[in-house]
Amino acid sequence: MTESINSNSPDASADTEVRPPALCLDEVNKQYRTAEGHVQALDEVSLTLENGEFVALHGPSGCGKSTLLLMAGGLLSPDSGTLTIAGGHPYALGAEARAAFRALHVGFVFQQFHLIPYLDVLDNVLVGELAGTGGDHRERARELLDAFQLGHRLHHVPSKLSIGEQQRVALARAFLRSPALILADEPTGNLDTENAAIILEHLGRFAASGDGAVLMVTHDDRARAAASRSVEMRDGQLV
Amino acid sequence: MNLARLVLREIRHRKINFALSLLGAALAVAAVLATIGALRSHDLQTEAIISDMEAATQSEMKKLEDEIRKSMKGLGFNIYIFPAGQEMSEVYADGYASKTMPESYVSKLADSKIVTVNHLLPSLTQKLEWPEQKRTIILIGVRGEVPIAHRDPKAPLIDPVVPGHLVLGYELHRSLGLKKGDPVTFMGKEFTVGDAYEARGSKDDITIWMNLGECQELLGKVGLINAIQALECNCATLDRLGEIRAELMQILPDTQIIETQSTALARAEARNQAAATARQQIESKKAQRAQLKAERQKLAGVLLPAATLVSMIWIGLLTFINVRERLPEIGILRAIGVKGRTILGAFLVRAIIAGLVGGAMGAAVAKFVSPTILPKEWLIAICLAPLLAALGAWLPSLAAAQRDPADVLRHD
Ligand SMILES: Nc1ncnc2c1ncn2[C@@H]1O[C@H](COP(=O)(O)OP(=O)(O)OP(=O)(O)O)[C@@H](O)[C@H]1O
Ligand SMILES: [Mg+2]
Repeated sequence: MTESINSNSPDASADTEVRPPALCLDEVNKQYRTAEGHVQALDEVSLTLENGEFVALHGPSGCGKSTLLLMAGGLLSPDSGTLTIAGGHPYALGAEARAAFRALHVGFVFQQFHLIPYLDVLDNVLVGELAGTGGDHRERARELLDAFQLGHRLHHVPSKLSIGEQQRVALARAFLRSPALILADEPTGNLDTENAAIILEHLGRFAASGDGAVLMVTHDDRARAAASRSVEMRDGQLV
Repeated sequence: MNLARLVLREIRHRKINFALSLLGAALAVAAVLATIGALRSHDLQTEAIISDMEAATQSEMKKLEDEIRKSMKGLGFNIYIFPAGQEMSEVYADGYASKTMPESYVSKLADSKIVTVNHLLPSLTQKLEWPEQKRTIILIGVRGEVPIAHRDPKAPLIDPVVPGHLVLGYELHRSLGLKKGDPVTFMGKEFTVGDAYEARGSKDDITIWMNLGECQELLGKVGLINAIQALECNCATLDRLGEIRAELMQILPDTQIIETQSTALARAEARNQAAATARQQIESKKAQRAQLKAERQKLAGVLLPAATLVSMIWIGLLTFINVRERLPEIGILRAIGVKGRTILGAFLVRAIIAGLVGGAMGAAVAKFVSPTILPKEWLIAICLAPLLAALGAWLPSLAAAQRDPADVLRHD
C-alpha cells in the first residue's frame, strides 16, 4: 500500500507517514427510531480505509450497509462514536460547511446512477460546481470522459446513453475533484458483466493511484473479487 | 456549470410544467390589468356621456334663452310698477296710468340689490290726439332697458327709439302711407319714421313710440314716467307677487305693482323646467354610472385578489409537482455538496422566470384587450408577477431545500 501512496512530489513524500486515512470510523452507533420500535442499524462499528484501499462491503439485506455508506459520506450523523474523512470531522461542521466538505472530499456512485436527466454528459460531470467551492473543472471533466470512452458523447443527455455509459458518467462525476473517498452503493447492480467489469476496473484504478480509497457495497462476488479487501456486515456489526 | 444554466436546461426539459406556470402568471396579470383597464374605460365613457349631455343641455338652454329674449321684445313684460296713488280702474280702462312718478325711480331700482325682478323698462304713456292727423293715438316714450347694476350687464331687450325718430304701429303707417325713413310731423315737431311695425292686432297698432326724453318734453312732463315694466326673476317662488312686492316696497315705497301674464314668463318657466329636468337627468345619469362603477369596483375588489391568489396557488402547486419529480435529483445534488439554499434558489428562480415571462405575456394580451392601461400599471404588474410567483413557489421550494438527502438516497 505504501508503494501506491508514493508520489513524485517530495513534499507529499515527506507527508506519507502522517497522511490520515481516507475514512476512519471508531465505535460508531446509529439507531433508527420509528413508531414500531428502534432499529440498531450500526452497532459499534469500527473501520479504517487507508488511502489506496478498495474495500467491498457485503452482507444480508437490511444489515446496515447503506446506513454505513451514507454516514461515511457525511450525510447521516452517528448517534455516538467518531468518524473522520481524510482526517476531517464532517459532523463537527454546520450544514453548509459540511456540504462544502462533501463536495471536496467525497464522491458518490449509486446503483441508479442518479444523473440529472436534462443536463448533457459534460454538465452532469460538472454539476458539483454548483456546490460553490470554486474552480474550473472543464478540462478535468473532458479528460475523465475521454478516459471513460465518452469523449464523443459530451453533449448527449443521459437518456441517449446506454446503461453502462450512464454509470461511467456517474463515475466521472464522482472522480471529478479527486476526492479522498469514493462511496459506491451497488454500482454494478444494474450492469451487465462487461460494463460491470469496466466500472470495477476504474474504481480499482482510482484506489490504486493511492490518492484516496473506495468503499463499495455489493452483493456481487465478482465485484468483491475486484476489491483489495472485503468486509462483511451482519445486524449492524462488522464480522 | 452555474445555477442559471441548470434552471434553463430544466425548463427546456419539463416544458409542460413550465408552460402551465407561464399560463397561470399570464392569466392573472391579464385579468388584473384588463379589469383595471375596464374600470378606466368606464370612467372615460362616463365623462363622455355626461359632457355630451351637458353640451346638449347648454345648447337647448341657449335656444330657449334666445326665444325668451325674442318674446320679451315682442310681447313685453309681466310686472308693471305704477305710482302709489294711481287708481287701477283707470289703468284698466285707459291702458295706462294718469299719475306719474320720477324717472329717477328706475335708477334707484337698478342700483338696488333687487333680485326678484329683471329687465327694467321705464315708460311714459298717454292717449292723445295726433293734432296734425286728427286721430287718437297712444304715445309711449321709452328709453330702453336700464341694466341692473349688481348683475352682469345684459343686452338691452328693447331697442331705444333714437331721438328724432318715431316708431309707428301698423294702423298708423298703413292709413297714412308712411314707411321707414319718411318725414313726419308730430305735435309740431319734425320726426323721421324709424320703424313701421307689422300688424299685431292690439292697441300697439295705433301706438307711436318715441324717445322718452322727447316724449317728456312734448307732454310737459320732464323727468317723469308713469310706469316701469319689468320681468319677474326666474328665482321667484309660488307667492312671487308677494315676494316681489315685499322687496320692491323696501326700495320704492311710493309705488304699487301689478302682474300680467306674459308669454315671456311662460317661456322662462318652461326654460327653468327644462333646465331642471336636464340637470336632473344628468344627475341621475351620473348616479347610475357611479352605481355601475361601484358594482364593477366591488367585482374587481373580489376578482383582483382572487386572480392573484389562484395564480399563486397554481404556481405553488406546479412547483410542488416539480419538486416531487425532482426528488432524486435534489438528493444527489445535496449529496455532492450543493447547499440547501442553492436548491431553494433553483426553484425560486424558475418561478420568477415563469412570473416574469408569463406576466409580460399577460400584459401584452391586456394591452391588446384594453388599450387604456397606463405604462405605470404595466410596469407594476410585470414587476409584481415574478414576486408573487416566487411567493407562491416559496413553500414547496423550501421543502425541497430542506429534504434530507440521506432519506432520498437510501430508498434507492
Ligand atoms: N429511515 C429509516 N427509519 C427506520 N429504519 C430504517 C431507516 N433506514 C433504514 N432503516 C432500517 O435500518 C436497517 C439498515 O438499513 P440499510 O438500508 O442500511 O440496510 P442495507 O444493508 O443497505 O439493506 P439493503 O441490502 O437491502 O440495501 C434496516 O433494518 C432498515 O429497515
Ligand atoms: Mg442498501
